[in-house]
Amino acid sequence: MVDGGTRVASQPLAGEGPPVPFAPRVSVRAAYGSHRIVQRNRFWQAVAKATESVGPVYRGFTGAEERAKRRLFGCRMCGQCALPVTGYACPMTCPKQLRNGPCGGVQPDGGCEVYPDRRCVWVMAYERAEQGGHGDDLSLLQRPLDQRRFGESSWVNYWSGRDEMLAARPSAGEPVDIRVGPARAGRT
Amino acid sequence: MSAPQAPDRGPQATPGKIVGRIDAGLPPRSRLEATIRSGRFAVTAEVAPPLGADAEPLRQKVRALKGWVDGVNLTDNPSAYVRMSSWAASTIVLSEGVDPVFQLQCRDRNRIALQSDLIGASAVGIPNVLLLTGDHLRFGDHPEAKGVFDLDSVQLVWLAATLRDRGTLLSGRALKPPPNWLIGAVENPFAPPLGFRATRLAKKVAAGADFVQTQFVFDLATFESWMAQVVDLGIAERCAVIAGVGPIRSLRALEHMRNDVPGVVVTDDVAKRISSQPESRMEEEGIDLCAETIARLREVPGVAGVHVMAYAFEQAIPEILTRAGLKARDGGGNASGEGGQ
Repeated sequence: MVDGGTRVASQPLAGEGPPVPFAPRVSVRAAYGSHRIVQRNRFWQAVAKATESVGPVYRGFTGAEERAKRRLFGCRMCGQCALPVTGYACPMTCPKQLRNGPCGGVQPDGGCEVYPDRRCVWVMAYERAEQGGHGDDLSLLQRPLDQRRFGESSWVNYWSGRDEMLAARPSAGEPVDIRVGPARAGRT
Repeated sequence: MSAPQAPDRGPQATPGKIVGRIDAGLPPRSRLEATIRSGRFAVTAEVAPPLGADAEPLRQKVRALKGWVDGVNLTDNPSAYVRMSSWAASTIVLSEGVDPVFQLQCRDRNRIALQSDLIGASAVGIPNVLLLTGDHLRFGDHPEAKGVFDLDSVQLVWLAATLRDRGTLLSGRALKPPPNWLIGAVENPFAPPLGFRATRLAKKVAAGADFVQTQFVFDLATFESWMAQVVDLGIAERCAVIAGVGPIRSLRALEHMRNDVPGVVVTDDVAKRISSQPESRMEEEGIDLCAETIARLREVPGVAGVHVMAYAFEQAIPEILTRAGLKARDGGGNASGEGGQ
């Protein structure tokens, strides 16, 4: 179902089963453009707070987010969304789930090491970020994921500021700390 | 030059305070670090640990390399095929008086196991580590296994630097004393996106890599253009770039290299040069070609050394180095035979 390729029968649904590189279904322009709408501000912060405070509302919201992002980006609900800094190509669909760029096994034609008939998701990320004028995003150091946060709403996490420490800009002086403060503790 | 002994390798980090880095004025942690600092051309070699539970084949390979290399890499279940652990193999190499480069990948271990192996490596005197993501399981001998990939290679390098230089675990708990090895990483200058490969190395260097070993260099032009970017980014001053090379000794090896090893690009002229030889000459030609590549790499600005990968052909490495004009190391392999046992 993913792209009408010949491997359809053996391909799991996007977002399910082992990660398989996913070609985003949103253009570079639309992706960066729509980010301006959902950019964190007081309004969205309030929405996040309200959503979180009522269990069924949070679950409904998270389910809607999952359906949309799964269809558009192959989202796997890591709850710690990297899309805005990866050209809106989801690194969690990389079979090795790399967060900091492509592995050394990318095929000469840009195919994935593991699924050669699919484009490496990081090759797509690089091209899309460059195209959108965001190439610099890929040099951010992405911190290790919190595995407890899978299944959470990354929109809520983003709006409430929990995602601020996901990545760091490398500095010329003192090395950046891999650890994050208590501010990054997951949703309680 | 003599490598320092395991028990007193440099001052210990105070938690939270940054020490370490290759130019920090501390005693060298390994022969490799001493060579890099001295500005001499570094040589490392790669050995895959044995498939069985006998140390002897590994000992023999390492003895043949002793005195010729600054360190021997022990691969960590390469191609996702089960072998003797790189950790155990590293201690065997240590006991032969040769510095191991302990390879550790993210495919088979979560962050708890990674930290524990890294700490243990330092405690037994392993002076170099090489940190990578790992080949995917899909083409290994246990494709049904669970791939871990809790961290990626950049994060693993960052984690190692945190253990060593900040003296803390990822949890923040202080490590007393912290481990003290040289931190290595890998890069493939030949895999797309080519425009990102130097930046990716820059990330690993920012995360704490002291040296990097590259994928096999057959395509000198692409390598030189990558290396120029690396030098431009100022990375070559902070991280020793060690170029990967290796002999192609037969048509079978050529086919294997072209089709089965992820990320290796064998150029057409290299393939032609090997395959146009009569079978009896192929091995010689492969050795010559490898030696010529090393000689050319020595002229590339910023290249600090070579990493020779001669799988199941390690005995040829001294000959390759000789033909490339490299001599045996000063003092041979007996500079610090005490290892860390």
